[in-house]
Amino acid sequence: MSLGSGPVIYTTLDFDQPWTLENYLKVGGYQALRMVLTEKIPPEHIIAEVKTSALRGRGGAGFPTGLKWSFMPRNYQGDKYIVCNTDEGEPGTCKDWDILRYNPHALIEGMAIAAYTMAVKTGYNYVHGEIFEAYERMEAACEEARAAGYLGKDILGTDFEFDLHNHLGYGAYVCGEETALLESIEGKKGQPRYKPPFPASFGLYGKPTTINNTETFSSIPYIIREGGQKFLELGRPNSGGTKLFSVSGHVNNPGNFELPMGTPFRKLLELAGGVRNGHKLKAVIPGGSSMPVLPGEIMMEVDMDYDSIQKAGSYLGSGAVIVMDETVCMVRALERLSYFYYEESCGQCTPCREGTGWLYRIVHRIEHGNGKPEDLDLLLELCDNIAGRTICALGDAAAWPVQGMLKHYRNEFEYHIEHKKCMV
Amino acid sequence: MANIEIDGKQIEVENGCTVIEAARRAGVYIPHFCYHKKLSIAANCRMCLVQIEKAPKPMPACATTVAEGMKVYTASEMAVKAQKGVMEFLLINHPLDCPICDQGGECELQDQAVGYGSSASRFHEEKRVVLHKDIGPLVSAEEMSRCINCTRCVRFGQEIAGQMELGQAFRGEHAEIMTFVNGSVNSELSGNMIDICPVGALTSKPFRYTARSWELSRRRSVSPHDSLGSNLAVQVRNNRVMRVLPIENEDINECWLSDKDRFSYEGLNSNERLTRPMLKQDGKWQEVEWQTALEFVANGLRQIKDGAGAEQIGALATPHSTLEELYLLQKLLRGIGSHNVDFRLRQSDFSADGKQAGTHPHPNLPPEGEGATVSSDGGEPRQFLPWLGMSVADLGKADRLLIIGSFLRKDHPLLAQRIRQAVKKGAQVSVIHSTDDDLLMNVAHKNIVAPNAMADALAQVAQDVAAKNNAGISGSLLSGERVVVLLGNFAQQHPQAAQLQSLAQQIAAATNGKFGFLGEAANSVGAYLAHALPGTQGMNAATMLSSPRKAYILLNAEPELDCANPQQAMAAMQAADLVVAISAYKHHAVDYADVLLPSAPFSETSGTFVSTEGRVQSFKGAVKPQGEARPAWKILRVLGNLLNVSGFDQDNSEAVRDAALASVNIVEKLNNILNENVGRAMPDAVGEAHPTKTGGFQRIAEVPIYSADAVVRRAAALQKTRDAAVPRAAMHSAELEKLGVQPGAQVKLSQGQCCVYLYADADDRLPKGAVRVAAGHAATADLGAMFGTITVERA
Repeated sequence: MSLGSGPVIYTTLDFDQPWTLENYLKVGGYQALRMVLTEKIPPEHIIAEVKTSALRGRGGAGFPTGLKWSFMPRNYQGDKYIVCNTDEGEPGTCKDWDILRYNPHALIEGMAIAAYTMAVKTGYNYVHGEIFEAYERMEAACEEARAAGYLGKDILGTDFEFDLHNHLGYGAYVCGEETALLESIEGKKGQPRYKPPFPASFGLYGKPTTINNTETFSSIPYIIREGGQKFLELGRPNSGGTKLFSVSGHVNNPGNFELPMGTPFRKLLELAGGVRNGHKLKAVIPGGSSMPVLPGEIMMEVDMDYDSIQKAGSYLGSGAVIVMDETVCMVRALERLSYFYYEESCGQCTPCREGTGWLYRIVHRIEHGNGKPEDLDLLLELCDNIAGRTICALGDAAAWPVQGMLKHYRNEFEYHIEHKKCMV
Repeated sequence: MANIEIDGKQIEVENGCTVIEAARRAGVYIPHFCYHKKLSIAANCRMCLVQIEKAPKPMPACATTVAEGMKVYTASEMAVKAQKGVMEFLLINHPLDCPICDQGGECELQDQAVGYGSSASRFHEEKRVVLHKDIGPLVSAEEMSRCINCTRCVRFGQEIAGQMELGQAFRGEHAEIMTFVNGSVNSELSGNMIDICPVGALTSKPFRYTARSWELSRRRSVSPHDSLGSNLAVQVRNNRVMRVLPIENEDINECWLSDKDRFSYEGLNSNERLTRPMLKQDGKWQEVEWQTALEFVANGLRQIKDGAGAEQIGALATPHSTLEELYLLQKLLRGIGSHNVDFRLRQSDFSADGKQAGTHPHPNLPPEGEGATVSSDGGEPRQFLPWLGMSVADLGKADRLLIIGSFLRKDHPLLAQRIRQAVKKGAQVSVIHSTDDDLLMNVAHKNIVAPNAMADALAQVAQDVAAKNNAGISGSLLSGERVVVLLGNFAQQHPQAAQLQSLAQQIAAATNGKFGFLGEAANSVGAYLAHALPGTQGMNAATMLSSPRKAYILLNAEPELDCANPQQAMAAMQAADLVVAISAYKHHAVDYADVLLPSAPFSETSGTFVSTEGRVQSFKGAVKPQGEARPAWKILRVLGNLLNVSGFDQDNSEAVRDAALASVNIVEKLNNILNENVGRAMPDAVGEAHPTKTGGFQRIAEVPIYSADAVVRRAAALQKTRDAAVPRAAMHSAELEKLGVQPGAQVKLSQGQCCVYLYADADDRLPKGAVRVAAGHAATADLGAMFGTITVERA
């Protein structure tokens, strides 16, 4: 579902079979790739266009895509890779899944353009282990693209060569961290690498590698076809384009929504059918479960773009919007969130390996009536000792929900500890 | 170079240096667990977090490289808070069972918990339990709940030992260090995992619960096993060796020890130790006083000398004996008029003797007039001295290596490790050998041929390098700048050893490289320096046994295990009138010897070993000799006195050493080079190329790593390892098929008059027409020569 100037990514939803090459071509598919290849657009122009678009990484970190591409060593002799991160594991997020299901060719075209720009011949798409049918759909799309000459050798009759391999993961959340993902493709245990060196210099199999999120790559065809400026103007300065929001929780009409960056949350909530009948909004996690929760009344004044949400005290993250109404016990909610990070820690760094379990056990105790008054300060201290102390951001992801919950809903935790039962 | 400041101290270090290393040089200690200078950076323990100016969060000092003008604060509020936070996390699931932990007193976690831990825990949840694992007889993983998942052991396996035997399975809090599906750790370097484990998770199985670290005193010593000369800290309590640890020496063993060096100490306390002199009287062994035993020996030797002639007396020593012992042994023999002394018990080709380039008088020879034949320029023909041909450190810098006839990993575990590191940095290794065991490193080229084809294979390379052929082994060697050609134990024991040596020498010369020998034992070079050799007038080890003598003196030798042809050796022992065994053990000699003289092993005597790189290392006894045992140099000195030989008046081993080395110019003596090409040995010696009669095969015999010397043979835990398993007969599967033998079935192997039964293995990496049957082991001691023809039949 889209708003305003029309979708950038979910462009084929009006067709009965949105995923086919035939339908993708009807909405201008592969025009951008054809233009790039036949006009031999210099790579630096493409990077400049992507920079103009203010496209930022859609996986959660929001790193400027054009800048990332410019890090790839241009004159490197030997193999280089691009990798698409479809290891969509952040609780609440399901947007990339729908790209693979409904518009896989947008991803293929975006990656082909990226490959041309960075002089790469091989790409990998790492697909989350639990979305097997999307993986199969993507495989079918790649076959279609190969048959039609959009992948493989001599693409569109030029000497450009690029092939794309899909790799199904096994569902580990941490493999969504880009270097853990690389380790996993290499056949090793998915554990983040210490950076530096960054993937642009030492990536997959030790070769220069650029890793982007599925949505990021899928935005590229539009940027090339319509121009970076037009993409930028869809959104806001520093937050160009549209964004896919996965709205879940206590709304009447949950789902994925493609909206311009900067759309007011109020509008997004409306599109999602509003809070379920008879209930009122309590809280929202605006960017996937690892981002700090914000109270409903704050969210109702916030626009959905990187800067606005950061100003309000959280992050846009992956754009997964988890809506909670007044029936939600925040202690119970945090217990569930903390359990996730406890289960998904890779075990490499001490603070995360040991700390996530400790956090979960304390919250679990509080939820089950065994909390102690000093637990809350202990939780916050542990969060301080985890966040920023680990190789990857999973430690941060475990700490931020705790900090967010205690910042806005400490009273509920105190009530739980004192009365050994829930406030709501 | 970068100028940085650490806690206010200015220091200049090279670019790329890590903060933790820069701090070490500046004298600032940064706490750490996962960091180890010899291993890759994991940055997972997070204990080394420090504050770096302008960085918003604390940074791991182990993984952060210096930058010009960087200011590091290792003890600022931010840094200490981070370090204490990590320590708290490390301890929450740690059992804190220090009072019953073997690591107590030498535990990095314990030490650092004192500095960064809190006196009480804020963790009131249930602690994690990690199940114990049985990973073999050497390394105990009985208390894996203590593990802090630093992965040092994992990285050691991958990076140093060359095989990933331990890994971290599962994730997060469930992460555990374990082997792959209940496997065991079989690396010949596994004990180092115990040293680098910063906690009590991996401990020494033989040492467990026997002593606390603070009860032990440390005595410096030198490994008596392979020829590297690893530096040892022998740890002692109540006059008993309790364990052995490495002493770091970057030029030799770095900070590592092979398992043989580390765990062989159990053999020192074996109940097979000979602790009183014994005499066989009327066919029965009697414990006697030293005086009685020594007088018996002196009288016996005198009688044979006077009756049959001194040349009827021979002495066989192992190269694991000290320089002092070997020096006095040859001096004693020469003093009573025999030159029949040798330590090269497993050698079969002596044709290179006396063919070193140039001649010079040997200082340890009797003066002229006592029957010495003198070469034309007035000196004894020089004995070439097989040594490494370079320093061990230089070996690690080689960029092209040709390794000829070596069971490298098992015969020289730490040299193999050094070469492995060189390969990682780009060196190319080529191999010519009769077996294709995994060296756990990339091998650029290899030529695996039957023993009798070794010389041809090497000759081909010599021809190729001379012709500048850029393919294969030749091409690899020609493309190098620091070429090294090495002859292993197998090449030295080979019946065409001199020819292999000559060819290797040619190859090294044509590639402008260095050429050397991987010495067989701790004192192989020292034995040459002590001139424990027959020279031109005596019989070498092989001749002494093929033409049996009437009397033998055995110094630390067990002929059925230590000699090239045990069958022949045993026949000679059985037939002799007098066999004197100087040994630390009551070994098989009880069957054929007439007197047993208990000697002190390396831990109970002072002495000197000269390593394969020519490094002279003296050591003192770590404990007193057990029972009545005496250092062998003292036994020999008294025998010299009893036999009225002059020059046997030393009061201490240093005096013996000084006498042995007095006029030896070691630098000049260390010379591998032969002065002439050596002709081809007769093919018969190696075995027929193609078996002409049914079941005739060429024997390929290695000496298994834990069978190589008397001490290690009696080290209980090592004897339980996979490497110490009973030898099997391995052959190409096509050969097994021809014999109608299934892998795993028994075969009958015969050499000479005797046969043994072993289980057969199929190994298609072996050359056809050959069978691999280990020597040096009781199960094969009835067989004949290590090389040559052996008959294999269905059992």
